[in-house]
Amino acid sequence: MVSVCFYFQVHQPLRLRRYSVFEIGHHNHYFDEHKNEAIIKKITHKCYLPTNKIVLELINKTGGKFKVAYSMTGIVLEQLEKYAPEVIDSFKKLVDTGCVEILDETYHHTLSYLHSKDEFREQVRMHNKKIMALFGYKPKIFRNTELVYNNEIAKTAEDMGYKAILAEGADHILQWRSPNFLYRPKGSSNIKLLLKNYRLSDDIAFRFSEKSWKEFPLTAQKFTSWVNQVNGNGNIVNLFMDYETFGEHQWEDKGIFEFLKHLPHEILRHPDNDFVTPSEAIKKYKDVAELDFPDYVSWADVERDLSAWTGNKMQQEAMRQVYALEPHVKLSKNPELLEEWRKLQTSDHFYYMCTKWFNDGDVHKYFNPYDSPYEAFITYMNILNDFRIKADKLGEIKVKN
Amino acid sequence: MKVLMFGWEFPPMSSGGLGTACYGLTKGLSRKGIEITFVLPYSAESDADFVRLRPASSMPLFRLRKIKSALTPYMSSEIYHKLVSKKSAHQAKIYGSTLHDEVYRFTLAAEKIAEEEDFDIIHCHDWMTFGAGVRAKKKKNRPLVLHVHATEFDRTGNHHVNQHIYDLEREGMHKADKIVAVSNFTKHKIMSHYDVPAEKIEVVHNAVDFSQHFYDEPFGTKKDGKVVLFLGRVTLQKGPDYFVEAAKKVLDKEKNVKFIVAGTGDMEARMIERAAELGIADRVLFAGFLEQEDVERAYKMADIFVMPSVSEPFGITALEAMKNRTATIVSKQSGVSEVIKHCLKVDFWDVDELSSKIIALLRYAPLHEALKENGYSEVKKFNWNVPAEKCIRVYSQLIGKG
Repeated sequence: MVSVCFYFQVHQPLRLRRYSVFEIGHHNHYFDEHKNEAIIKKITHKCYLPTNKIVLELINKTGGKFKVAYSMTGIVLEQLEKYAPEVIDSFKKLVDTGCVEILDETYHHTLSYLHSKDEFREQVRMHNKKIMALFGYKPKIFRNTELVYNNEIAKTAEDMGYKAILAEGADHILQWRSPNFLYRPKGSSNIKLLLKNYRLSDDIAFRFSEKSWKEFPLTAQKFTSWVNQVNGNGNIVNLFMDYETFGEHQWEDKGIFEFLKHLPHEILRHPDNDFVTPSEAIKKYKDVAELDFPDYVSWADVERDLSAWTGNKMQQEAMRQVYALEPHVKLSKNPELLEEWRKLQTSDHFYYMCTKWFNDGDVHKYFNPYDSPYEAFITYMNILNDFRIKADKLGEIKVKN
Repeated sequence: MKVLMFGWEFPPMSSGGLGTACYGLTKGLSRKGIEITFVLPYSAESDADFVRLRPASSMPLFRLRKIKSALTPYMSSEIYHKLVSKKSAHQAKIYGSTLHDEVYRFTLAAEKIAEEEDFDIIHCHDWMTFGAGVRAKKKKNRPLVLHVHATEFDRTGNHHVNQHIYDLEREGMHKADKIVAVSNFTKHKIMSHYDVPAEKIEVVHNAVDFSQHFYDEPFGTKKDGKVVLFLGRVTLQKGPDYFVEAAKKVLDKEKNVKFIVAGTGDMEARMIERAAELGIADRVLFAGFLEQEDVERAYKMADIFVMPSVSEPFGITALEAMKNRTATIVSKQSGVSEVIKHCLKVDFWDVDELSSKIIALLRYAPLHEALKENGYSEVKKFNWNVPAEKCIRVYSQLIGKG
C-alpha cells in the first residue's frame, strides 16, 4: 500500500521598492506595489488559475480520490485578495470539495522562530485566523517557513495543538532510514512528523524540463512506476513542492499540466495506491520510530540548512537588526508599524542577499528583483533605517503618554 | 610562433590601462612560448626609464624595438601641437608638424622594422599603430590582428570625434583579418560605429597581474576617516565630474570622509574649481599623476574605489582595486561590469545612485567587508593566461587559414 501525499506551497513575498539612502527619514512607502501586482497577475494566469482548475477537475473525475494539501502565506493571500480575487474564489471551491487540506505556517513567511518565540507564535496564530476567515477552516498540521525544522520547533508546534509537522527528508538525518514512513519527533509525545521525499519531489519540481536529465521526458507512467517501487518498504510518499512548479517553474509547453492531469489516473491504477492529505496520513499510519533533528534543517539547496538566509554577515546583520526592533515596535502599540515590521521579516528579503550561488549565475533568480545580493542588502538596510526612525518616534510618543 | 606587435605604451613608461594590458598580455603570451617583438614609440626623455624594464630573464622571448617619436599615449592633436612647438627648431625638424604627420612618420618607421623582422602574425594595439599594422601586412603578407582597447568614441566620450583618427581606425578594422575587442561593450561599438560584422570580432577580456607587487606598505601619512578614490585620467571619458558631484551629495550626509582624485587630464582645473564652488575643496583632494608604486598604495589606502567612466571599453583599474581589497563601484557603461559580479554597478549619469551607494558602503560594515573579500576572491580568476590563450587561438586560426 502506498499513499501519495501532495503538499503545495503558495507564497509570494512583498518585494521592496528601491529605497535610496536619501529617503531615510522621509518615511516613503517601502513596497513595490507595481511590481508585486504584476508578478501576482502573471503567476495567477500562468499557474494559480490553470492549476486550480486541473486539481478541481481531477478531484471530480476521481470521485474525490485525488487529494492535496496547500500552505498559503498570509501575505500571498493578501496580495491575491487585492490583485486577483478570482484565485481566492477558486481556492474556496477546492476547499469545499473536502479533498483539500490547508496547513498553518507563519503569516508573513518569516524565520521569526530563530529570534523570538513569542513573535513566532503570534504570526502562526495570525495565519490560523486568516485561514479561518477566508476558508472557514481550522488547520491542524503545521509547516514552518522553508521547512525549517528541528526537535524544538516540533515541540513548540505540539504545544500549540498541531497534530503533525512537515520537514525535509534530509539524508544526513535519515541516514539508512526511509522518508516514506511516519515518524515522531524526538522530545515530543503526540505530534507526528512527515518527511519530504526529495528525490521524487525534485523530479517534478526541478528536473521535469531538464533535457540533460537521463529520465527526460518524465511521463506520469514512469513517475508512477517509481512510486510503486516504494510498495513493500514504505507506506507514504510525501511530494512537497512550490505550487509555482506548475506553469511557472516548469512551463506549460514542456507538458507539466499534461503530467499533472495524467498522474492521479496512473497512481490509482494500482489497487493498493491512494492519495491522502497529511491529516489522513497520520490517522492511517503508525509512526515507525523517533527521529532526532538536533540542528536546523530546511528544504533549501544541497546544504539543506539555514545558510540561504543566514549564511553571510550581511544577512546576519540585517536579520539581527530587524528583530532587535521588536521591543520598540511592540511598545508603540501601533498596528500599522507592527504590520510593516512583520512584512520586513519575510525570509525572501534575506534570501536575496545570499552570496553563495552568486558566482555561478545561479538558479535562484526566480522573480528576484535585484541585480546582486549587495543591492538587496542596501535596499533592505536603507528601509530598515527609515523604519527605525519611525519606530523610535512612535515608541517615544507612547512612552510619554 | 613569432608575433610582431605594435603598441604605444609599455610599463614603466605608461600612464594608463593600455600599457598595463600590453604588459600583462605579452607576459602571458611569453609564458606560453610565443616570441614577441614589441615596437614602441619613445621620446629621448623617457629612454632612461626603459633601463628599469623587467629583467630580460623573466621574459626571454620578448624583445623591445623602439622608434624615436614625440608620440605619447592618449595624445590629442592639441597636446601634440603644444609639445612640438616647445621643442628647438632642430628637433622640430625631426618630428612631424602635426599629430597626423607624426603618426605617419611612426608608421613609415614601423614599416621598415617589419621589413627587417621575421614573424608569423602582426598584432596592433589601438589606433596609432593601425597604419603600421596595415603596411606591415601588405609588405610581408602576414595576417593582421587589431586589438581594440578603446575607440575614438570612448576617448572623446562621444563628443568631437576626431575624423582623422576615426578614419585610421575604420581603415585598419576593415583591412585587418581579425579584431580583438576587450569587451562585448566594445564589440558592439565597433559593430555599430565602424560597420564591422560580428564574426570578425573576438572578445578577449583583460585580466590583472597578481605577481606584480610593488609596494605593500601604505602611505606614511596617517589616515583619519574614510577615503573614496578616483584613479584615472581626468578627462571626459573617465567621468571625474560625476565623482565630484557625488562627493558633494555624500558629504551632505557623511562628514568623516575624503575624496581623492588621482590622475591628470584636461578636466583637472575645472574639477578643482567645481569642488571649490561646491564648498568641498577641503574634502576633495587632487593628487595628480601617480607612479606605479603609489598607485598600489592609493588602492590600499582607499576604502572605496569608484570608476564612474562615461564609456569604458574595459577598466583594468577596477580589477586592480579589487586585487588590493578595495570595495569597488563601477559604471555600467564599462566592459569590466560584464565580467565582475562582486562590485556595485551604477549608470554613470546617476549621481544620486552613485552617492547613495557610496554612503551605503560607508555606513554598512558587513556590505563593505563582503565586497572587499568577495571581490578579492573573484578577481583571482582574472589572470593573464586566459586572454593569452584566447589570442593564441586567434593567431592559430589565422595562420591555419594561410
